[in-house]
Amino acid sequence: MNSFIIAGLLLVLLGVAYQIGWTKSRGPVTTNGVKVHSRPQYHGSLLAIWTLVPAVIVLGLWAYFGGDITRSFTVAQIPTDVVTSLDQMGLNGAIQRIQQIASGYGVTGELAPYEQAAGDSLRSFQLLTFLCVIAAAAAAGIGALLYARSRITPCLRARNMVEQVVTVLLLACSAIAILTTVGIVASLVTEAYRFFTFISPLDFFFGTVWNPKFSSTVAGDYGQYGLLPLLTGTLMISIIAMLVAVPVGLMAAIYLSQYAPRKVRAVVKPVIEIPAGIPTIVYGFFAPVTVGPFLRDVGGLVGLPISATSALTAGIVMGIMIIPFISSLSDDILNQVPLALRDGAFGPGATQSETIRNVLLPAALPGIVGAFLLAVSRAIGETMIVVLAAGNSPVLRGNPLEPVSTITVSIVNQLTGDTDFAGPQSLVGFALGLTLFVMTLCLNVFALYIVRRFREQYE
Amino acid sequence: MDMLAGKVKMTHQTVNSTMNPTDALERPIRLHAKDVTVHYGAKQALHGISIDIPDRAVTSFIGPSGCGKSTFLRCINRMNDTIEGAKVGGLIELDGENIYDPSPDVVELRARIGMVFQKPNPFPKSIYENVAYGPKIHGLARSKTDLDEIVVSSLRKAGLFEEVKDRLNEPGTGLSGGQQQRLCIARAIAVSPEVILMDEPCSALDPIATAIIEELIDELRENYTIVIVTHSMQQAARVSQRTAFFHLGNLIEEGVTEDIFTNPINKQTRDYIMGRIG
Repeated sequence: MNSFIIAGLLLVLLGVAYQIGWTKSRGPVTTNGVKVHSRPQYHGSLLAIWTLVPAVIVLGLWAYFGGDITRSFTVAQIPTDVVTSLDQMGLNGAIQRIQQIASGYGVTGELAPYEQAAGDSLRSFQLLTFLCVIAAAAAAGIGALLYARSRITPCLRARNMVEQVVTVLLLACSAIAILTTVGIVASLVTEAYRFFTFISPLDFFFGTVWNPKFSSTVAGDYGQYGLLPLLTGTLMISIIAMLVAVPVGLMAAIYLSQYAPRKVRAVVKPVIEIPAGIPTIVYGFFAPVTVGPFLRDVGGLVGLPISATSALTAGIVMGIMIIPFISSLSDDILNQVPLALRDGAFGPGATQSETIRNVLLPAALPGIVGAFLLAVSRAIGETMIVVLAAGNSPVLRGNPLEPVSTITVSIVNQLTGDTDFAGPQSLVGFALGLTLFVMTLCLNVFALYIVRRFREQYE
Repeated sequence: MDMLAGKVKMTHQTVNSTMNPTDALERPIRLHAKDVTVHYGAKQALHGISIDIPDRAVTSFIGPSGCGKSTFLRCINRMNDTIEGAKVGGLIELDGENIYDPSPDVVELRARIGMVFQKPNPFPKSIYENVAYGPKIHGLARSKTDLDEIVVSSLRKAGLFEEVKDRLNEPGTGLSGGQQQRLCIARAIAVSPEVILMDEPCSALDPIATAIIEELIDELRENYTIVIVTHSMQQAARVSQRTAFFHLGNLIEEGVTEDIFTNPINKQTRDYIMGRIG
């Protein structure tokens, strides 16, 4: 309810300010004939910005400090002897009870005599402060509106000022994206650091046994956290996935970009891209239900012991998932190769496939490699398919026909269920996440570097 | 444009000194086109072009943008086959053989009729590989020495060898625009074609590079039948013995270059040459 009132207030301020700016800036041009620098829309927008910013600042200050102020008020309502008798947790509980009474939800258990009174006064306090804040915001907005309105003259460069505001706004939006990333990385790094205070990085990065213990009779025995079994599992599955996806995806891209008649292409290209929208968990179903048993039966026919859940199953299903990704990207890249180059190959009498092999693919190769690397980083980070299909067996093995586990699966295992972030059992998730992040980051940077080099070749 | 027309008149008398323009008429016919039409989808780009192109002479196609001159040029070695929705009708004969018959192989045809494009389009490979490309795919060289010989002689014929002989292994894309275009000419020559088609070969080049290419065309005429599409009337006057004027998908007038420029029969040709259309 309160949020609606605030949003409504801001919208009304915005509309009124825009209208005032628009109307006022139309005045001067008719009265004294001076050429107005900016069109009325810009004056309106500038006035709206002037009005909104102070109002939003007031609301923001309240959002930031309001919680603390309310809390101190609540504490002041509790009798001193009660406050002194409570520890921190008890105090928090008491405050929560009072807030629940104030909000009208009610509480369980016996009401202490002071609680009802405190709740009532908190309710009136909250109403009062809310009205004050609304009034303050409106006053700040209207004050700024009046000031800005007085500045409207024909030569006010409202258009340029709005432009500057837009620039700041765009900068702020990109800053949000960057700061979020920075925050995530910082949190990963600090938590991973805490993990490494329990387990030495050497044991983590070069350990060959993955055996975390959740509860142990021996204090300080956390189990073993060797990364290598997970890393080999991840790499094995990614390699199998790429072996499936690259040939199929690339051939599909070549067919689409070079051979398909326009009508076929118009249908086939979107259809090939549809599987990219299938949630990976759905691919995951097929791994243990269809693909795994099929592989096991085929293996049985030729005398190979293939587990239903294995690196092979997960890799094949993941490869199928990646096909549309690779074919779509490669198709775009092949289409970017200048037509002139294709003509140059056909000119001296090359056949279609010679042209593709000798000219198009070499020219598009860096871009295609970039697409592959992006696909690999997707494969490495993929979770749902491997959770269902890889068999969750974190043992160091070189055989793709047996169950494996991956980094992502282990993160899921370590962070689901009851977790407390004091021991290495959960903190290892951050160390694994950091490893994964660094791996995919390196691949992406490498891919971008290659793609950029490819671009320079034709400009 | 009037100034330009004046220049054309001035220059045409100084060129064609190596060959009497009427010689071109007496040469045997190499290419014969009859009622050639081209449709791009529903749009008709060419309305029945009939022309004879003589052996070992330069024939130029002129006309305003979109007049169909490049389209017709691309019919001659079936490059329009690579454009989707393009449909070619009529008859084009090379030495009396219909090139649109099912029997002659497109790939072989393009080895006999080479093409140089508007924008220099060397492959992003070494200079050597660029020239060796055609001979390799057609299996023209029996040994590495053979191939070396073909590459060197093609670069020589294209007048590029002296400039690049020390860097044959460097990428062809690193050359200047004019050098790249001569590299493309060398690439076309390397498969020993009989006819070379040039689609505005100098439109992306500066005047000095243009002059070099024009000289080269004049030399190549000794051994090859050349058809050149050009936007520049001076260029047509300078390099060609016969000129054909295209307008709106029709062949308006065709004849000895000097006649076309000094004494055009058709009013549209006269208007174009005087700079009134196009």
